[in-house]
Amino acid sequence: MKSRLVAMSYSLVGVLLVCGVWALLSSVVAPDLPSPLKTWEESRLYILSPWEKRGEMDQGILRMAAYSLVRVAKGFLLAIMIGAPLGFLLGSSPVFHRMFDPTIQVLRPISPLAWLPLGLILFRQSEPAALFTIALCSMWPTVINTASGVRSIPQDYLNVARVLRLSRWKKFTNVWLPATLPYLFTGFRLSLGIAWLVIVAAEMLTGTPGVGGFLWQEYNSLIYSHILLCILTIGIVGFVLDRLMGMAEARLRSV
Amino acid sequence: MAMIELTGAGKSYGSRCVLRGLNLAVNEGEFVSVVGSSASGKTTLLMIACGLLPPDAGSVSISGQPVTDFAPGAAIVFQNYSLLPWLPAIENIRLAVEGAFPLWTAAQHRDQAEKYLHMVGLGTAGAKRPSELSGGMRQRVAIARAFAVEPSLLFLDEPFGALDALTRATLQQELARMCSEAARPVTTLMITNSVDEAILLSDRVFALSRGPGASLSDPVAVDIPRPRAANMIMREEAAVRIRARLFNPAPVEVAAHVHASA
Repeated sequence: MKSRLVAMSYSLVGVLLVCGVWALLSSVVAPDLPSPLKTWEESRLYILSPWEKRGEMDQGILRMAAYSLVRVAKGFLLAIMIGAPLGFLLGSSPVFHRMFDPTIQVLRPISPLAWLPLGLILFRQSEPAALFTIALCSMWPTVINTASGVRSIPQDYLNVARVLRLSRWKKFTNVWLPATLPYLFTGFRLSLGIAWLVIVAAEMLTGTPGVGGFLWQEYNSLIYSHILLCILTIGIVGFVLDRLMGMAEARLRSV
Repeated sequence: MAMIELTGAGKSYGSRCVLRGLNLAVNEGEFVSVVGSSASGKTTLLMIACGLLPPDAGSVSISGQPVTDFAPGAAIVFQNYSLLPWLPAIENIRLAVEGAFPLWTAAQHRDQAEKYLHMVGLGTAGAKRPSELSGGMRQRVAIARAFAVEPSLLFLDEPFGALDALTRATLQQELARMCSEAARPVTTLMITNSVDEAILLSDRVFALSRGPGASLSDPVAVDIPRPRAANMIMREEAAVRIRARLFNPAPVEVAAHVHASA
């Protein structure tokens, strides 16, 4: 308990130090960078009434974050719904792996900024284009982790499945799926992290309401303190998402 | 006709020859053991005999049919239990019953699984996951899983190898009882590193020479009447004689090997 308090106070000191450096930078070298105090003063309306909707692009920060989260959730679900089965195919069939692994390795490092224009051309609307980009960018960790999970199912379990004469479906539900579940969740966690990274880029380019869209609008309106507000929000939400997935993952591993 | 028959069977991994020229026949209803030291290729031999691993040379047949997959009507107990860790004990058994009797109703599957869990003395532990059971209890579940499919062929891969001496002795007796009480006569092939265990349970015992390129000795018949008690068998004259023959199986290669290393 005591050590926990000590650890927490260290974290607090760290945060304060970073704020100090930030304040120093804004007052000495970068006059365009709003100081922590100025950021707070100009952002308090958004933080203190986080759900208020004053206009299309003028809403409380939590409301903006919620828009982004819904968009991420949709894109992420799309990603894992395609990614997990693809991973299973890739992991279970050497032929399939040979066929598609090079393509996947080439598609994987492509930036969301490159996919988005293609999405806009294909769908002619910003929302589906954003989902397309999120899904396409965040799918790969799920694909790759699932495939490696399937490949590392212990031979013992595969022997058991064979010896017990399990049907294909039973083999999948009783052996493959439970054996790969921890890998699957590691993939989900990484995918969700990427989906959250991509959302900002997608919203910036499409101008849809959300933290990323808000950030871009405030940049264009020269309200720099709100950019910092958005950055902090993105960081905190991303951190919370990762923690939640980490908890789900830890629970699975303990089984 | 032999139930299980290996003719000149061999297996290599890359350039390393593990087993060669294996000849082994197990008659119907017979309990045959193969004794060998660790890393002599015992498990490989069993995997070949049960059809989980294809041999590189020679042939394997069960009831006269060449083996291509895990033999129908067979069950196996692995050394490391190989229970599915995410399923409770009873579900591990039920899954096997479902696979073996696909036409039964769900209630019949459930009853059969419970019957065999009771038979190994774990009637109250059905809801526990393997990680909550001791090594001995896990192996009991594995034995129940094997017998619950009412096999006509039973393969045992060092079934008690991972257990302490006391648990091992108890389970050996239970296995002997299960075999004698089985729904239909069971033909059994067991792999073990314990000569005493082989003598206690078997009708005939083969010795596997040291690898690489291990081969089988001629079988030694165990002509000691059942039921056999573990503490008796140590002293029995017949057992002493069998043990002596197994420890000095004297195929030419083995003798040469001993001289070379001496």
